Amino acid sequence: MAEEKLKKPEEMFDVSLTPEAGDWMEPAVSFRKGTYCYGAPLKHQRYLDLPNQREWQPGDADWKLPPDWKETILEGMERLIKRHRSFRLFLDICVRCGACADKCHFFIGSGDPKNMPVLRAELLRSVYRRYFTPEGRIFGRYAGARDLTEDVLKEWFYYFFQCTECRRCSVYCPYGIDTCEITMMARELLNLVGCNIQWVIEPASNCFRTGNHLGVPPHAFQETLGFALDELKDLTGIAIEAPINRKGAEVLFVAPSADYFASPHWYTFLGYLMLFHEIGLDYTWSTYASEGGNFGLFHSMELAKRLNAKIYAEAKRLKVKWVLGGECGHMWRTLHQYMDTFNGPADFLEEPVSPLTGTRFENARSTKMVHITEFTADLLYHNKLKLDKSRNDQWKITFHDSCNPARAMGLFEEPRYVIRQTCNHFYEMPENTIREKTFCCGSGAGLGADENMEIRLRGGLPRANAVKYVKEKHGVNMLACICAIDKAALPPLLEYWVPGVGVCGVHELLGNALVMKGGQERTTNLRGEPLTPPDEATDVR
Amino acid sequence: MYLSYSIILILIIIGFSYVAAGLLGCRVLLGIIVPYAAGTIFVVGFVYRVILWARSPVPFHIPAVCGQQISLPWIKSDKIESPHTSWGVVSRMVLEVLLFRSLFRNDRVDINKPERLIYGGNRWLWLGAMIFHWSLLVILLRHLRFFIEPAPGCIEVLQSIDGFFQWPLPALYVTNIFIFLALLYLFGRRLFNPQVRHLSLLSDYFALLLIGSIASTGILMRHFYKVDLMQIKRFSLGILSFDPVTPEGIGTIFYVHLFLVSVLFAYFPFSKLMHMGGVLLSPTRNLMNNSRMKRHINPWDYPVKVHTYEEYEDEFRAAMKEVGLPIEKE
Repeated sequence: MAEEKLKKPEEMFDVSLTPEAGDWMEPAVSFRKGTYCYGAPLKHQRYLDLPNQREWQPGDADWKLPPDWKETILEGMERLIKRHRSFRLFLDICVRCGACADKCHFFIGSGDPKNMPVLRAELLRSVYRRYFTPEGRIFGRYAGARDLTEDVLKEWFYYFFQCTECRRCSVYCPYGIDTCEITMMARELLNLVGCNIQWVIEPASNCFRTGNHLGVPPHAFQETLGFALDELKDLTGIAIEAPINRKGAEVLFVAPSADYFASPHWYTFLGYLMLFHEIGLDYTWSTYASEGGNFGLFHSMELAKRLNAKIYAEAKRLKVKWVLGGECGHMWRTLHQYMDTFNGPADFLEEPVSPLTGTRFENARSTKMVHITEFTADLLYHNKLKLDKSRNDQWKITFHDSCNPARAMGLFEEPRYVIRQTCNHFYEMPENTIREKTFCCGSGAGLGADENMEIRLRGGLPRANAVKYVKEKHGVNMLACICAIDKAALPPLLEYWVPGVGVCGVHELLGNALVMKGGQERTTNLRGEPLTPPDEATDVR
Repeated sequence: MYLSYSIILILIIIGFSYVAAGLLGCRVLLGIIVPYAAGTIFVVGFVYRVILWARSPVPFHIPAVCGQQISLPWIKSDKIESPHTSWGVVSRMVLEVLLFRSLFRNDRVDINKPERLIYGGNRWLWLGAMIFHWSLLVILLRHLRFFIEPAPGCIEVLQSIDGFFQWPLPALYVTNIFIFLALLYLFGRRLFNPQVRHLSLLSDYFALLLIGSIASTGILMRHFYKVDLMQIKRFSLGILSFDPVTPEGIGTIFYVHLFLVSVLFAYFPFSKLMHMGGVLLSPTRNLMNNSRMKRHINPWDYPVKVHTYEEYEDEFRAAMKEVGLPIEKE
């Protein structure tokens, strides 16, 4: 929890979306505890060969910037402008119509006008105008241009690490201006002078070395997997096997590392293991590619590519045919929109085909990587699994679309199909808050730290508020999602704003409902909670 | 502050052209030199900016997807909001450009105490923008009758539809009223919506005032000063055929109108008004959602330092061997 005592929810909710008078062009940031993340530790800066290595904290008056920091940033900006059409175009064409203003969860939760996506972008745009456009060079602030000063840089840091790159605003923008692109570019620039946060750099560095964000070495991975198998033996009475680093398997399975470490991710992890055993999938885990998530994406395109390279490298080394990916948000942004470009072509793999149903996943024919809910929905559609929905009857479920599978992939129906097939009670949140209009958990893009808890809770307010609505209306007590960050971020968020609603993965629901061959009668769900007796669980709808 | 500056700026522009044309008689300057200069800046500037964007690489495949992807055959995909064919993309762009699809989605959030967020429809901005842009287009097309002799039939038809009410004389064009109302709304929104006011820059007010002044002078000419249309036609045909003549017997108001238009043209390539050309090139809208089907190439891709499996195994070999994990090298 944050070092300062958190406000009560009703105090925190006391937000005004009416900006106070004043000129946003004056850079003004106070690094108040609870609203920003710690700086990256020196050890991890070193391991990744990052620029301007030093111990520093954003709250320090002196950020120990290199003497030529300004030139470095401006040169970097010029490079980005040449490399990305999105950057130049999005900086040029905004008309400041303000349609995006109240679409950002951080603005709704904090009322801070610089969290309106348009103003967040103006922080960068004003500097672009000053140094890269004739009108800005000549007319200065009358053309909306600002000098690049240390205060402006600090403001960038504060607000670009207060954006979760969720892309909700870009859905509403008449030109598709994507604040995620703007934030990514701003973070690339900040990195050039060594300004990044612990919660991004440490996982990235761990992932580079050990293959996963948590820094789990191979033997510990095996041990963890062993715990899960023991737990499943007790639960189902079945001795399940889970191969690791096995060459020649048909499928390489890659999940976010939180799945085998954190809670409630763990139950989703159990769900995967049960499913793969039940269908007899010829697959393997990998310790070298033991992470699907990619915190490099929150640092720079280059670091994202460096971390992502392991998945194809490992698929090649293990001589698998295709790759299956677990439940994770930004992992799927990387896999769906970047991986093939970064590290393809995957011409050593084959077009994915489900070994059970024969379905060809033509939508993944180039990247050769399939989302687990696509895979499972296909199995369910072809009746390959025996299910007992009533085992999920203690829960009234709603589904939270995770930002990236929603707005990068359009993965809306697959997870919902799995939920409907495995649960009796499913209720949607209001339509302005789901699918492509879904609200972020407020902790994505590397902002899931503890020290910034206040701003996380504020950012998560719109999501939580929609959950509250279905809780009051339908008695919803469980939120299902397909993102590891969600599973980590939403439990404290909901505990704060909507106590009494839990968080689970979609494959946890599947694991609960799955009737396994040779399995014993189940008395508890995957969490060890007693199953409601069938006669009490009748549907009251 | 920005608001008052932009009003002063507009007044200076109007005052300058009024004094120069009406009192000093600089008709060649305002009637010939300035329009040609402005036209040149517009064409060169516009083309330059669009080429600059079009030639900038799109290294990654980043559409913002707003509908169900194509995946399993029994799941209905959204062919427009998550396009996977060229037709889908074209449809998406057409909806975006002609009907402002994304703006149509707009909603507004209200904080309804205690502790409830309410999302209401908010299509006023969409309506204002639609009326403004479509009226502007019709007005531009109507002006073609000054530049083409004889005026094309379709323009005549458009004009007669627009002047449908036949009252007063000359007929009041519907689009003239519409564009005025739309401009009033857009301007009022900048002034009275606290969020929009907070983020507005000088150029935001200036663009609206400039277009508003052009529309006002145009309406004044048509309904109050009643300028000689044949003279104007002679003038515009002269401009187009590079054989310019300064019109005689047309009031100063025409020169003010013409100068305002020239300012707009010259200002255009340096301003946010370039959104007109930019929207078509937006990579979040004009790409198919097919990045797992077809590899997208990054033209400036370069090799990066990776941590290879060999390096990884070198670090962890002993531990892996001890727990029986397969290894490459003994």
